Amino acid sequence: MMAMMKRRELLKILGAAGGAGLAGCVTRTDRDSGAVSVVGAMNAIGKPDAARVLVVGGGYGGATAAKYVRLLSQHKIEVVLVEPDAAFVSCPLSNLVLGGSRTIGDVTRPYTTLEKQQGVRVVRDMIASIDATQRIAVLASGGEIRYDKLILSPGVEMIWTEVTGLRAANQQGRVLQAWKAGPETTALRRQLEAMPDGGVFAIAIPEAPYRCPPGPYERASIVANYFKSAKPRSKVLILDANEDVTSKGPLFKRVWAESYKGILEYRPQHKATGVDAATNTIKFEIQDDVRASVLNVLPPMRAGAIAVQTGLANSNARWCNVNWLNFESTAARHIHVIGDSIQIASQMPKSGHMANSQAKVTAAAIVAELNGWELDPAPMLTNTCYSFVDDQRTVHVASVHAYSEVDKTFKPVPGSGGLSSAPNELEAGYAWSWARSIWADMLA
Amino acid sequence: MRAAARASIAAALLSVAALAGAQDAAALRARSLVATCAACHGTDGRAAAGAVVPGLAGVPAATLVEQMKAFKSGARPGTVMPQLAKGYSDAQIERLAAALAQPTASPAKP
Repeated sequence: MMAMMKRRELLKILGAAGGAGLAGCVTRTDRDSGAVSVVGAMNAIGKPDAARVLVVGGGYGGATAAKYVRLLSQHKIEVVLVEPDAAFVSCPLSNLVLGGSRTIGDVTRPYTTLEKQQGVRVVRDMIASIDATQRIAVLASGGEIRYDKLILSPGVEMIWTEVTGLRAANQQGRVLQAWKAGPETTALRRQLEAMPDGGVFAIAIPEAPYRCPPGPYERASIVANYFKSAKPRSKVLILDANEDVTSKGPLFKRVWAESYKGILEYRPQHKATGVDAATNTIKFEIQDDVRASVLNVLPPMRAGAIAVQTGLANSNARWCNVNWLNFESTAARHIHVIGDSIQIASQMPKSGHMANSQAKVTAAAIVAELNGWELDPAPMLTNTCYSFVDDQRTVHVASVHAYSEVDKTFKPVPGSGGLSSAPNELEAGYAWSWARSIWADMLA
Repeated sequence: MRAAARASIAAALLSVAALAGAQDAAALRARSLVATCAACHGTDGRAAAGAVVPGLAGVPAATLVEQMKAFKSGARPGTVMPQLAKGYSDAQIERLAAALAQPTASPAKP
């Protein structure tokens, strides 16, 4: 696979396999005309060479899953990855783009290595719908892909309707989220650059759980650091729906007191319910309206749209419950959900590293199942998360999670895990090393 | 006679296949355990280009066990590792070290 395949070429290839029977793929036309039968469940157990795993979403979870299904099956199992973006843009470290010390290119990596090195077929498209019974996914552009196992890693969807006026304000480019790194990240950087000195940047945080618990506090800190040097009369206002800082609280509060006194203000129990883009105002459930120069309003989040639409969001209609031994949905057989879309276990963050860990457990479980082997009864997950507090210093939180046979869930291993003792430059180097490693672990 | 011979050959082949399957399944679990280190130390313990965190592939098992236990006990200071090492049982550390000391071949191109 020298370059990303054109959809038409791909369908030709997959369509040929479809004619042969087992793990086939048919185009809509074929199916409608009845030229190829898609009725009847596939049975690829014990025949990994004939199996196809479809991965939806090329983020930390999906890209890792695609690579590891290939790797752990000795490149026997066919893997198709469907991802709409041309390249991977990392959310972790993207807050540095807002501070101006890095560009979006520094946190962008191509998908081409995954194709060349691992033989993953990357299809630039989205999934419009999934037929969980027939095991067929329909592409937004019209084709269909049959699968033996489906790994869904669609990230989060913003619930725009929870904050009145926010969707329209976002579509107009007035109030950005930049919570999926990419064009909005650079657009928010431009808003901060254009803001006159003396202005206020207000970030509104939804109630937990949301993607990347420490991310908003890191963002506020990095923007405060930018203001400190470039616009010293400006202010950062954190408006948090939660009762307190949800992650690395004492470390962030210490930095705010020591480095950003008079620049950054933290206000808990501020649940945003509306925005008025004309006056740059945020409205809250209880507290008074807040007007600011640049608004960054993060609405509540839920599982990615395709997971919700497929009926997999069976936890409070927001997140997907999974079987923790293989991350198979409790709502549909052969569909595995990983990453930010799942209903988390105790103290399990919605982080890129955690999605990478979950992807490997899932890939191993699928490889075992397709070979007819027993699942690993004791899978492990690790998490390490670095947050920058300025351009030079970071703090980390780390944890290890083991499967509990008794409780049928992952639990933090007692005595393990912890935080940095203080912000430091040594770990800023480790943070970039982590990024290079994990990006290679998922994409190379 | 001929049928009996065929049956015993078939049985032998089945048990060979089962044994190979069991070995492959065990190898998969070992590699999965190694994969819990990969986000920082590289896939299969091979450090990524530009990483300052060391690769672990090919490090003698005794060294890895010693270092992990030193992190775990606090004898060796560090940032993340003393916290992560406490999440692994001694048995898991032994398995990790054994798998990393004899790393799998470089990921073959498909």
